[in-house]
Amino acid sequence: MSVRAFLGGACLLSGLFLATPEQTALAQTPSAPASSPTAAPAEPAAPPHQKWSFDGAFGQFDQASLQRGFLVYDHVCSTCHGMRSLTYNDLAGIGLSSKAISDLAHSKQFPGPVDEDGQPTTRPGTPDDHFKSPFPSEAAAAAMMGGVAPPDQSRLALIKPHGADWLYAFLTGYRMPPPPGAPMVPGKFYNEWADGHLIGMPPPLVEGGVSFPDGTKATVDQQARDVSTFLVWAADPHRNARHHIGKGVVLYLIVLLLLVIAWKKKIWNRRDGH
Amino acid sequence: MTKPNMAGQPPSRSTEESSGVAGWIDRRLPVISGFRAEYIDFRMPKNLNGLWNFGAILTVVLLLMLATGTFLAMHFIPTAAEAFLSVEAIDRQLPGGWMLRSMHMVGANLFLAALYIHLFRGLYYGSYKAPREILWISGLVLMVLVMATAFAGYVLPWGQMSFWGADVISKAVGAVPVIGNTLEHILAGSDQLGDIFLHRFFVIHFILAFLVVAVVGVHVVAVHVAGSNNPLGIEPKTPKDTVPFHPYFTSKDLVGLVLFALVFALLMFFWPGLLTEPDNYAPADPMHTPADIEPEWYFLPFYGMLQSVPSKFGGLLAAAGSLLILFALPWLDRSPVRSMRFRPLCRVGLLGLVVAFVLLALVGKHHAQGSWMALGRVSLLYYFGYFLVLLPLAPRLEKTRTLPASISAAQGDA
Repeated sequence: MSVRAFLGGACLLSGLFLATPEQTALAQTPSAPASSPTAAPAEPAAPPHQKWSFDGAFGQFDQASLQRGFLVYDHVCSTCHGMRSLTYNDLAGIGLSSKAISDLAHSKQFPGPVDEDGQPTTRPGTPDDHFKSPFPSEAAAAAMMGGVAPPDQSRLALIKPHGADWLYAFLTGYRMPPPPGAPMVPGKFYNEWADGHLIGMPPPLVEGGVSFPDGTKATVDQQARDVSTFLVWAADPHRNARHHIGKGVVLYLIVLLLLVIAWKKKIWNRRDGH
Repeated sequence: MTKPNMAGQPPSRSTEESSGVAGWIDRRLPVISGFRAEYIDFRMPKNLNGLWNFGAILTVVLLLMLATGTFLAMHFIPTAAEAFLSVEAIDRQLPGGWMLRSMHMVGANLFLAALYIHLFRGLYYGSYKAPREILWISGLVLMVLVMATAFAGYVLPWGQMSFWGADVISKAVGAVPVIGNTLEHILAGSDQLGDIFLHRFFVIHFILAFLVVAVVGVHVVAVHVAGSNNPLGIEPKTPKDTVPFHPYFTSKDLVGLVLFALVFALLMFFWPGLLTEPDNYAPADPMHTPADIEPEWYFLPFYGMLQSVPSKFGGLLAAAGSLLILFALPWLDRSPVRSMRFRPLCRVGLLGLVVAFVLLALVGKHHAQGSWMALGRVSLLYYFGYFLVLLPLAPRLEKTRTLPASISAAQGDA
C-alpha cells in the first residue's frame, strides 16, 4: 500500500508541474481502419462466480460434464459456431472411445474430391478431420447471419474475460419478455450479459432441448453449466494433464532442491572449517 | 588462461591428460585442459551472492529456448493464412506440443526477467567499470538481440496482439524523419503486414537466436579474461580471496538453477495465464483493432517511454536512447568505487532508477493517459537524469564509504 501511496503522491506532484494530458498527441495509439470503429463499451460488472471443478491450480475437468457439454455443443451451438482448431480425435480428451469418435466423424459429411464428371462430391468425415464448420467461409457466415459471423468457439472461453462464469451467466441471462424500460429492437434479444444487453443470437438453450444419455435432467441451467465446462476444456484441452504432470514436476524439484542445498552447504562448510 | 605449448613440448599437465586419446586431442586442441582451467580450477571471488547465479541461469534458458524453438519451428507454417492454425495444431494435436510451446513461452518471459536482474546486478555492483567495459558492452548487445528475438517471436503465432503489436512498432519506425516511410516499408515487406512480413520475422527470429549464441561466446570469454566482479567491487588480491569454480560455484549455481526451475514449473503448469495475453488466442484480423493494444510486460517500460513523449519520433528516440545510453555507462560513471554498497548517494539514485523503470511500465500499461502521462515524463526525466547528471557529478558530491582491504578482510577471516 505504500507503493500505492507513493504513486498517488507522485501523480499529484507531477500533475502540478507538467503539461496536461490534452496537450499530448495520442499519436501512438494505432488508428483503426475507417470501416470498423472500435469504441470499447464500458466494462460490464463481473459475472457471479460459479463453483467449477476445473478452477484453481489443481482443478480437474469432470468428464461426465464434458461429455454432456459436448452433446450440447454438437446439437445446439455447432449449428452456427465453428470450432475449427479441434479434430474429432481430440475428443478422446473428454473420454470418448475411439469407436465413438469414428462414428461421430462418419456421421458428418465433408466436401470430397470432384468425381469423374467433375461434379463436387461429399465424403464421410474421419477422426483426423477438424470439426466441420457450419458455414463455407467467414464471409458466407456473416452474410447469412445478419452481418456478423458467429465467433469460432475454439478459444472463446479463454478470450472472454471471466470465461466460464461469463458463458454460464450469458447462457442463462436471456430475459423474455425483457424487463420494463429495456430497449426493444426487432430481431434482437435481451440478455443481461450481452454488450448493450441486446444480441442477435436467440436463446440457444431450451428446457429438455437435448437428452443426456446418463439420465441427467437437461434443464437450461444444467446445459449451460455443462457446455461452459466443455468450452473451457476446448480452450485449454490439456489442463488435466498439465496439472497432473505439474504436481509431479514440482514435487521432484522440491526434493532436488533440498538435495542440492545440502550438497552446497557441505562443500562450503568444508572450506569454512579448514 | 592456457598458454599455447612450444612445438614438440608435451604439456606439463598431469599424466591423465597427456596420455591416451584425451591427451592426443588435448595436445592438438586443448579442449580438456581448457575446460579444466576455465570451469574447474578457475578462481572465483569467494563472496559472490545469489545475484551471480543469473549468468548460469541465462545460459541454461538460452539452451532450452533453442531446443524447444527448433522443434516448434518444424511444425510452424509462416504464412498469414496458416500460422495461427499451425500454432493451434502444435498446442492441441502434436503429442507433447502444448508442453513444448508452453516451455518456449514461459522461457521467453523468464529469459527477459533473468536478463533484467542480471543487468541490475551489473548496475548495482559497478560491473561495467574497467577492466570489464567489453564484458558490459557485449552484455548489452545480447540484451538488444534478445529483445529483438522476443519481439520477432511474438509476431509468429499471428494472433491479434502479434499483428497489432507489429503494427504499432512498424508505425513507430515510420515516424523517423525523412527515411521513416522507406524503413517502414522495408520492415513490413509490402504495403500491409502479411505473408512477407511474417516469413521475414520467422527467419529473423531464427537468425537472431543463433547470433545470441555467438555473442554469448564473446561474453563468456570476456568474463573469463577480466574475472567476475563481486559484491564488494574490489579485485581479489590473494588466493585467500578466491575459491575454485568447481565445486564451489557449480554447487551454488545448481541451487540457483533448481530454484529457478521451480518458479518456471509453477508458472508453466499452474499459472500460465499470468504470462499469456488472452487476445492473442484470437487470430490476427487486420480489419478489427483490439480495444487495448499492449505489449508483453517486458516491453512495457519502453512502451511507456514511447507514449510519454508528445511526438512519435521523440518517443522513439527516448525508448531507443534509454538502451543506447547504457553503452556509454562505463564512461559516464567515473567513480573509482564500483559497488553501490560504498556509494550512499548513487545507491539511492539507482534504487530510484528501478522505481522509475517500473513506473514507466505502469505508464505503458495505462497508455500514458491522464496523470500517468505526467508520471511517465517525470520517470523518463529521472531515467536519463540518473545517467547524464547524477553519475557524472557523483564523484564530486558523494563521500564514499571506506573500502575493505580485501575480500577476506571484509569477511573477517584474513
